[in-house]
Amino acid sequence: MASASQVFPPTDAFPAVDQNYLLEARQMQALSFAMHIPLVCFGVAFPAMVIFMEWLGLRTGKIHYTAIARRWSKVMITLFAAGVVTGTLLSFELGILWPGFMSVFGDVFGLAFGLEGFSFFIEAIFIAIYVYGWDRLSPRKHLLTGIPVMVSGLTGSLMVIAVNAWMNNPSGFEVVGGEVTDVQPWSALFGNGHLWPQLTHMYLAAYVVVGFLIAGVYAFSWLKGRRSAYFRTAMVVPLAIACLAAPTQILIGDWAARTVARDQPIKLASFEGLYKTTKGAPETVLGWYTDENTIEYGIEIPKLLSLLAYHDPNATVQGLETVAEEDRPPINVVRIAFQTMVAVGTGLAALAAWFLFSWWRRKRLPRSKWFYRAVIAAGPAAVVALIAGWVTTEVGRQPWVVYGVMRTEEAVSGADGIVFGYAALVVVYVALFTAVFWVLRKLARTPLPPEIVALEHAGGSRVDAAGLRVNERPGAGSGGGTDRKGGGDGSG
Amino acid sequence: MDLADIPVLLMLIGIAAYVVLAGADFGSPFWTLTARGERAGEIREQTHRSMAPVWEANHVWLIFVLVVCWTAYPEVFGSIFSTLWIPLIVGCLGIIMRAVGYVVGGYATRRWVTWMATVASFVTPFMFGAVVGGVVSGRVPVGNAEGDIISSWLNPTSMTIGVVAVTLCAYLAAVYLAADADRKGRADLADAFRIRGLAAGVVTGLVAAAGVVVLREDSRFVYEGLTSGLGLADLAVSAVAGIVTLGLLALRRFPAARYTAAAAVVTIVAGWGIAQSPYILPPDLTVAEAAAADNVLIGLLVAIAIGLLILIPSLLLLYGLVLAGRFDPAGGDVVDHPDLVEGGTAVHLTDLDLPKRRSVGLTILVATTGAAMTLVFDDGAGLYAGVAMLIGALATGCVLLAISLAARQDEAPEG
Ligand code: HDD
Ligand code: HEM
Ligand code: HEM
Repeated sequence: MASASQVFPPTDAFPAVDQNYLLEARQMQALSFAMHIPLVCFGVAFPAMVIFMEWLGLRTGKIHYTAIARRWSKVMITLFAAGVVTGTLLSFELGILWPGFMSVFGDVFGLAFGLEGFSFFIEAIFIAIYVYGWDRLSPRKHLLTGIPVMVSGLTGSLMVIAVNAWMNNPSGFEVVGGEVTDVQPWSALFGNGHLWPQLTHMYLAAYVVVGFLIAGVYAFSWLKGRRSAYFRTAMVVPLAIACLAAPTQILIGDWAARTVARDQPIKLASFEGLYKTTKGAPETVLGWYTDENTIEYGIEIPKLLSLLAYHDPNATVQGLETVAEEDRPPINVVRIAFQTMVAVGTGLAALAAWFLFSWWRRKRLPRSKWFYRAVIAAGPAAVVALIAGWVTTEVGRQPWVVYGVMRTEEAVSGADGIVFGYAALVVVYVALFTAVFWVLRKLARTPLPPEIVALEHAGGSRVDAAGLRVNERPGAGSGGGTDRKGGGDGSG
Repeated sequence: MDLADIPVLLMLIGIAAYVVLAGADFGSPFWTLTARGERAGEIREQTHRSMAPVWEANHVWLIFVLVVCWTAYPEVFGSIFSTLWIPLIVGCLGIIMRAVGYVVGGYATRRWVTWMATVASFVTPFMFGAVVGGVVSGRVPVGNAEGDIISSWLNPTSMTIGVVAVTLCAYLAAVYLAADADRKGRADLADAFRIRGLAAGVVTGLVAAAGVVVLREDSRFVYEGLTSGLGLADLAVSAVAGIVTLGLLALRRFPAARYTAAAAVVTIVAGWGIAQSPYILPPDLTVAEAAAADNVLIGLLVAIAIGLLILIPSLLLLYGLVLAGRFDPAGGDVVDHPDLVEGGTAVHLTDLDLPKRRSVGLTILVATTGAAMTLVFDDGAGLYAGVAMLIGALATGCVLLAISLAARQDEAPEG
């Protein structure tokens, strides 16, 4: 076997190097993830919603559906662009910050990123054709070009999650005398019990996040009194999706938790701040994990943890005491993140229940203003849950980069000056997000096509389809925001 | 050729594709910034429109190169990225700034955005060129940040390759934009870009020639590879392609110039590969030594082969549409909605069918069963079947609920 490790044993080529700024390196990684992940939710979940709207338009011939799809597609490509560049930065950071990890294990998981690269290609190609192809392709062909965008969003997240799941539950290689050999990339990546719960949970999270964020924009319009068919449709469709995905997310979260309980008992113990190995362990809500290894101010619910983690109220749950202190993650960070996610998840499911109940019983949207206010808050809350979930997973994995195999300090770069990179990064992110925000505002304020405004006055959507050639196209020159009078879209 | 050599060949192809395709993305803001007078607006429009649909796809070549590198030659990736982290991160930040240009560019002209994009378009090619310089001049030892983090990229070879990269991008941009303008029948704009292309081409040629002298002093090994045998032949082809491009530009044969310019770039990249072989990190590490195990390489190549099968037709479709002018504003043949509109009146205007009670009931049944199964089964087929039922019912449920909600919104709002 022409293994590199025979010539350059990885552990020799990449001995652990002192890095005074390990914490900063970790923060840099965390910051970049926190920027990238909400953006990619739009790459994963938004295409399906846009295509659905376009399909409604084709199916009925009613123009407001098509108008919504067009407008959303511009939002989609703007966020896609930001997702592309933040993702690029992430792949640079993998090498810049964690060369030890990449040098030793790059060959184990690289395959997944290779396949992911192709997903990005397909996504980038078809998103461009879709967005720039309005009116340029026949409606059916145009609709079809949206499908690869949807599919590659799924395969892209599949591949990236495969890597993360492998880091959490590594397999597919042997460590012999400090060297990694016998690498089996396919089984390492795709024969991994963590992949499917993580992928399903993340995929649903994307729909929850995007559904509530978009619905929130139009809930704001609702409160402002803009309630024509256009605005209501743009609100209810994403809301329907988010409200069905949110309760499902709890079940999948339970599956994820059981997987963690099976393979990463110390991570589970730090979710809960459970110090002593306990039979019939209680669940402790809220509170703070102290240096004395107790939880202060927590509310204890007997046997619930054993029940949730193993579906058996008397199961034994392994405690933190079973490993040395330096092998435990920062408990409070993990615990608070986990509880935040679960709290938000429960809240979102409750909001969903409100909506679904009122639709089921009364066949109308809720009347209370508080419902719409809650929908506005739900979007940002879902983003918080999303980030909190990743903090749970990633910080809970500490101090390991590859769980139980390689520690984070063995992975980090030995280069000087990483902190300056960190500062530059922050500045550029501010510029990027300012630009994205500015563009979205500009888009939101672009007047609706006159046909839709007319329809708003007519109070219905029964306008014939002759008005379909709505001449707005992304990137159509400097005059994107010609200041016609008319209702802007959403709130900005 | 060994199995171990194939990934590096693919990386070179990826780099060539990145330079040929994305190079113009970086070159164009310079022409925007320097445009003066009444044509300035048009040049800006033109550059934005030609590039906006394709830049994200162009960009993925870079990701492709990185991924192949870290899978096939993991230590090489770790060594390069830890030693050369400064030019790499600065180059990458440049990419983000360039993207800001595209994102905002569709909606407004902002001087600061143009400036930012222009700065980025110098910084990124320069820094990436400097990285190449660090590698070819043998300044990246194997190991975690073993090389000097400054002189590995602040050195004569890096500077030269950096400058060549910057001028090359500007040159490519001008050539492509000339061809685009020509296609749209804008002879005046095409001429404006033609002059710019000629100037940038001459400058690039001169810098590249001077660069060979620098390589002689600073990177002897690569210099020798380039000035003998196959390397020399390749250099000659590249020079000829460059000169032919200038000739074609002068003669206003724009579409042909596009291809010869690309050919010149491809041969330069090929020359780099020839000159450096068999080393991947000169002067010590060879490609064969650096390569991962055979089964990893085979896995990667299988993945790439499958990927290419889907990618190539997709890329052809995209570039076909762009080059045929289908995305040009008001240009091309705008398709009406033949199946919806005929002579200005709607052919059909239907209401949505409300979901049948039976399908709703069935969906709820499947969802509940699936949910129960995920709770009852701890692992194995029962659990996975439960999740599959749950997710399937969720997808169906979303469509049914969304349709019934949307259908009701046609009526006047209550409350
Ligand atoms: C909208 C976002 C969202 C919501 C509402 C929830 N989650 Fe979550 N959760 C995520 C978004 C997320 C995530 C960001 O997507 C994570 C990070 C890693 C992953 O695969 O998904 C995650 C991870 C994650 C993990 C860790 C998996 C691991 O470490 O491998 C567990 C145990 C849970 N979740 C459990 C839950 C439970 C019980 C929830 C319900 C109340 C819940 N999550 C709601
Ligand atoms: C180690 C972590 C990650 C890395 C290195 C990474 C890398 C990247 C890269 C390089 C891109 C740009 C692709 C292009 O040029 O088109 C990108 C975009 C994308 N990433 Fe990530 N990513 C990571 C985490 C994630 C996660 C957690 C997801 C979510 C499921 C995800 C999903 C996507 C998607 C869908 C895109 C396409 C762009 C978009 O839709 O906005 N990535 N990522
Ligand atoms: C493949 C997909 C991956 C995803 C989706 C992912 C996601 C995340 C997220 C969301 C965070 C934020 C935690 C926070 O805010 O504190 C994070 C942190 C981190 N990630 Fe990952 N990660 C991935 C892969 C990696 C890789 C390849 C490395 C490389 C070593 C890595 C190392 C880290 C480290 C060190 C932190 C900081 C933890 C801390 O703050 O203590 N992750 N990751």
